Amino acid sequence: MSTALLQLQNLTKNYGALRVTDDVSFTVEPGELHAIIGPNGAGKTTLIHQISGHARPDSGQILFDDHDITDLSMAARAQRGLVRSFQITSILPRFSALENVALAAQARAGSSFRFLGNAAEEPELNDIAMGLLTRFGLGARAHIPAGQMSHGEKRQLEIAIALAAKPKLLLLDEPLAGTSRDESQRLINILQELRKELPIILIEHDMDAVFALADRVSVLVYGRIIACGSPQNIRDNAEVRAAYLGEEAA
Amino acid sequence: MNNLVDLDAAPALATPTRARRTRILPVIIFAAFALVPLALLLGPQSYVLAVVTRIMILALGAMSLDLLIGYGAMISFGHAAFVGLGAYSVAILASHGITDGFVQLAVALATSLIFALFTGAISLRTKGVYFIMITLAFGQMLFFLTTSLAAYGGDDGLTLAARSTFFSLKFMKNDLAMYYVTFGTLLGAYLLLRAIVASRFGRVLRGIRENPVRMEAIGFAPYRYQLTAYVIAGLIAGGSGFLLANQTEFVSPAYTAWQRSGELIFVLVLGGLGSLHGAILGAAAFTLLADILSHYTENWAMIFGPILILVVLFVRGGINGLFGGKP
Amino acid sequence: MTLTLALVQILNGLQFGLILFLIAAGLTLVFGVMDFINLAHGVQYMVGAYFVAAFTAMTGGFFTGLALALPAALIFGLLLELLIFRHLYDRDHLDQVLATFGVIIFLNQAVKFVWGAAPLNVPIPDALSGAIEITDGLLYPVWRLIIIAVGLLVGLALYLVVNKTKLGMLVRAGASNAPIVSALGVNIRLLFTIVFGVGAMLAGFAGAMIAPILSVEPGMGDNVLILAFVVIVIGGIGSIRGAFIAALLIGLVDTLGRFFAPTLLRALLDPSAASQTGRAIAPMLIYILMAAVLFFRPSGLFPAKK
Repeated sequence: MSTALLQLQNLTKNYGALRVTDDVSFTVEPGELHAIIGPNGAGKTTLIHQISGHARPDSGQILFDDHDITDLSMAARAQRGLVRSFQITSILPRFSALENVALAAQARAGSSFRFLGNAAEEPELNDIAMGLLTRFGLGARAHIPAGQMSHGEKRQLEIAIALAAKPKLLLLDEPLAGTSRDESQRLINILQELRKELPIILIEHDMDAVFALADRVSVLVYGRIIACGSPQNIRDNAEVRAAYLGEEAA
Repeated sequence: MNNLVDLDAAPALATPTRARRTRILPVIIFAAFALVPLALLLGPQSYVLAVVTRIMILALGAMSLDLLIGYGAMISFGHAAFVGLGAYSVAILASHGITDGFVQLAVALATSLIFALFTGAISLRTKGVYFIMITLAFGQMLFFLTTSLAAYGGDDGLTLAARSTFFSLKFMKNDLAMYYVTFGTLLGAYLLLRAIVASRFGRVLRGIRENPVRMEAIGFAPYRYQLTAYVIAGLIAGGSGFLLANQTEFVSPAYTAWQRSGELIFVLVLGGLGSLHGAILGAAAFTLLADILSHYTENWAMIFGPILILVVLFVRGGINGLFGGKP
Repeated sequence: MTLTLALVQILNGLQFGLILFLIAAGLTLVFGVMDFINLAHGVQYMVGAYFVAAFTAMTGGFFTGLALALPAALIFGLLLELLIFRHLYDRDHLDQVLATFGVIIFLNQAVKFVWGAAPLNVPIPDALSGAIEITDGLLYPVWRLIIIAVGLLVGLALYLVVNKTKLGMLVRAGASNAPIVSALGVNIRLLFTIVFGVGAMLAGFAGAMIAPILSVEPGMGDNVLILAFVVIVIGGIGSIRGAFIAALLIGLVDTLGRFFAPTLLRALLDPSAASQTGRAIAPMLIYILMAAVLFFRPSGLFPAKK
């Protein structure tokens, strides 16, 4: 058995005539932050949908922790510790920030088929949630309906929710999307901390952030991985420059 | 694409004043129901007692539907089927001389359970409008089944030989006893549903209503929770059917007609979605309105229909929203 | 003998299916293009029948009655759209279901108020009241054949309009992705109104055509409405082709089921039990069919939305 925590083997997916994922294989090693970059429409989000179980590949296999999870639902994958965030903020808008996080903690703390007892008053769930919110500087905002928070706060909340679900591997889909410079710096600091604690797949447009954070970078163009290596490697790769970075620079 | 249920139409998280109001209003409602018979000691009892009993039975069915629509965003358009199952269980058993209330209730709940498991398991595979339509179809299935029960009255329905007995006692025969049995059931169901909504299970259900994809992403498979809620709601509605048969001493296919399911939704929206006690307010308003209007004109439906339309267009949050205020 | 009877039942099923198609066509387009659940579509059918009854009685001829009833049904539908439905397009499905349910309650009583609770009869036009011999010993009413022919013609016309014209292209585009259509600069309001008007008129037309062989009474639209919903859900919301196929399927299954279920069950049960069980099962068949279709294809047979 390999040492990799996550292994994609020859994933392929078509939408009609369009091939959005083309024979993608890569691994995530324990402790690694593996970034996926690529121009718009390269199929990054579709790929993360397949890893998280939101969409199914047409062919290929996904191994997580040495188990084949290709046919598992998103919920079953989350229960095994493969937890994702969303590019477009996905929270429970009318729940308080605290309840958003506590509910994720609840998913991994015993059965939720309990019909009596007030869930909002379970100290162990609230403690976990409060701890995470405090860590993200959101402690004072814990009781505000999540829908009323600022965009930057929602992005942080999104990560706090994912962490409360006890991930063994975290999939972050453009966590910096739409944030201001300040907000994005705060998030990058958070990610710097997180990468020491658990392996992460990071999809991100912000190249500075990617090159600062990643151990390895894979470049996705038209659904195909054209290069994979250290940030330095990728920066120097001629094909990548032509296909992607060059466009950015131009 | 429209949402199935507009979240803004239901009350948001409790703010302090709101929380106090939502605690006080139900207490007032139940206290009023408990005292109605006393207030009537001087006047003509039976008519008013019967009307209020009817209100409580209707409220019970609508309240169970609130768990689905108000807390689970599952718009079931076939909920009257469960009321019918409960009612027919009583009437069919009674026609065979089995009047023991415990047996009847057990059968009513068992058939509701089986029907809910079977239809829920299929319906919940679909989403949105398809869910509305498939629940409607299952309701119609039961409707046609009841019309074809030639041995039990077919289209014409079946008159109850006798009300249910408990421990061989015929105390349900007494309208006052019937009243308090209904009152106790409604109160019990209210407290139970209140607890469920606040519980771990209820929180998951509410979370699914807000954002099912988010819930899946943190490890909750919506289907199991929704099916469980569907079964709970079906059981309570089945219980309301048990009471309905006893109160009217008559059952007919009309109990399961799709218009009845529509009425249950109307009662719920009229009273206010997602509050549980809103169902009681809605049932009271609906029943009294229909009774009063029909007292004045046989064409009361011509007034009733437009009222429904106006309520939908202009009264967001229902009667409960008028009392409790909305964000 | 059985074969002849079977043929009659098949023709009846076709005729019933085509009536359902006339109703379901408008429903599925309104649903698909506007994302609007209109429970009041069934009353449009009822109103069509009442209009033809009233105008026929007034003018003395069915065809003059029909010629007046169709525009009347159209105007009536557009009036409802203007007064009520227009305010519901942006609402959630629950509000739409309830408000249009209110329209049903009102109109069922209103026709009782205007025309009385007793069923009205519309005579079949004299020239078409007979029956013709299709095969040896098989007499079939001309009027039902006309319904079949008209239904097929309307189906063909709709198919051509939806698939071969610019308007049809917009309707199809709207059914699969409404925002794109409005992004193209098309007046989506006008498109809605046209689709709605045509749908309402077709339902009224169905009511008018069926009036001579059915009694015209309050509430006659209710069960037909449910069947039309079954049709569009099986066919896939927004799909005319789906509605056509599903309507014929429902018409045939329902008609043949009622006829043959008791007979077929006789192989398994004793005669009286068979006829009783058969009669119980037959009306449930289409709902079982719908549940089965949705179990395997949760978005119907020909979903228009991608």
